[in-house]
Amino acid sequence: MTRASVEQVWEWLDAVPDPEIPVISVVDLGIVRDVAWTGDTLTVAVTPTYSGCPATSVIAMDIETALREHGIDKIRLETRISPAWTTDWLSDKGRAKLEEYGIAPPQPAGGPDRCPHCGSKAVEKVSQFGSTPCKAHWRCKDCLEPFDYFKCI
Amino acid sequence: MTRDEAFLQFLLRMGDNTLILGHRVSEWCGHAPVLEEDIALANTALDLIGQTQMWLGLAGEVQGEGKSADDLAFLRDVWDFRNVLLVEVPNGDFGRTLMRQFLFDAWHSIMLGRLMTSSDDRVAAIAAKASKEVAYHLERSGDTVVGLGDGTEESHRRMQEALDYLWPYVGEMFASDEVDAEMAAAGIAPDPASLREEYDALVGRVLRKATLTIPDSRFAHKGGRNGRMHTEHLGHLLTQMQWLQRAYPGATW
Repeated sequence: MTRASVEQVWEWLDAVPDPEIPVISVVDLGIVRDVAWTGDTLTVAVTPTYSGCPATSVIAMDIETALREHGIDKIRLETRISPAWTTDWLSDKGRAKLEEYGIAPPQPAGGPDRCPHCGSKAVEKVSQFGSTPCKAHWRCKDCLEPFDYFKCI
Repeated sequence: MTRDEAFLQFLLRMGDNTLILGHRVSEWCGHAPVLEEDIALANTALDLIGQTQMWLGLAGEVQGEGKSADDLAFLRDVWDFRNVLLVEVPNGDFGRTLMRQFLFDAWHSIMLGRLMTSSDDRVAAIAAKASKEVAYHLERSGDTVVGLGDGTEESHRRMQEALDYLWPYVGEMFASDEVDAEMAAAGIAPDPASLREEYDALVGRVLRKATLTIPDSRFAHKGGRNGRMHTEHLGHLLTQMQWLQRAYPGATW
């Protein structure tokens, strides 16, 4: 069997959803750092978002399962912590999908620039921590809906 | 003491601090005064446990006996732990828990900042990762200490009591010994005493804003980070934390 190209593998990985935020892929999230063949073994380097994020092991399993389904059986998953993951690595496609899903994408200013539901700029922080380690809890003062904000790190 | 022996002690100190504090904070899960605080405490605990995996994972590697982070966390007894006493004291009320968190976060953020330029790449990488998380911990614990200290009469009183109770545990974070001297000589970690000035400035600024008074005494309870004498509370904590691995050795998910 011929080896799949690295580009092809990236495409497959882009179809693996994040287990906590299934509208974006693990590639959108920026946690897949490298894909490379060494002989007939495929190495995929993955970086954790937050060091204690419980989704990390599920993500590793999902990546392995997806690649096996595409016929790759020798897979080495490498955890790479340096350089540390940053929300700058979120793809533009991922940012747009987050907002569509109701999660405000990260902003360098440290808070959401608008409510992902109604677009109002009148928003306030409820808590620095939200439903997952990567999110904070905010509220819109116009439509009064609570929403998650993807923290900038 | 060889360099590797000192390095192992240093890594156990870092990992045991985050492990024991992470466990303490997780005791709040399902008990915090409001849902948002419950979630924030659980998230903080989760970050600390994640950091523990990195520190103790590296400790196992340096030790070279084939031990994993889990082995070190769950199969050592009280006298082998190297955390400072501050992190093992019981939670007390919500105010004391947040005061302890703030006193630790302030030290932790300064320490990690220095470790980012460690001569050991692995230490620098863990510090870079952890410091991003700890910046959020410090922002939150600092804000909460100000909110409660400069709050109602009761919240102010409780925060002052928490500070009076916890302050004698602060000094141990800056006590240097031969392990620290060896780490500083190797450029792996700073001499803890050198962090004190920055710490006092940061903590002083926040506590002033919180209208709280730092006790005059510099008396410090010690014995945790060198394992000479832990408080009676650590053993009780371990009976909870290590119960499953002790009762069912080798159990996995």
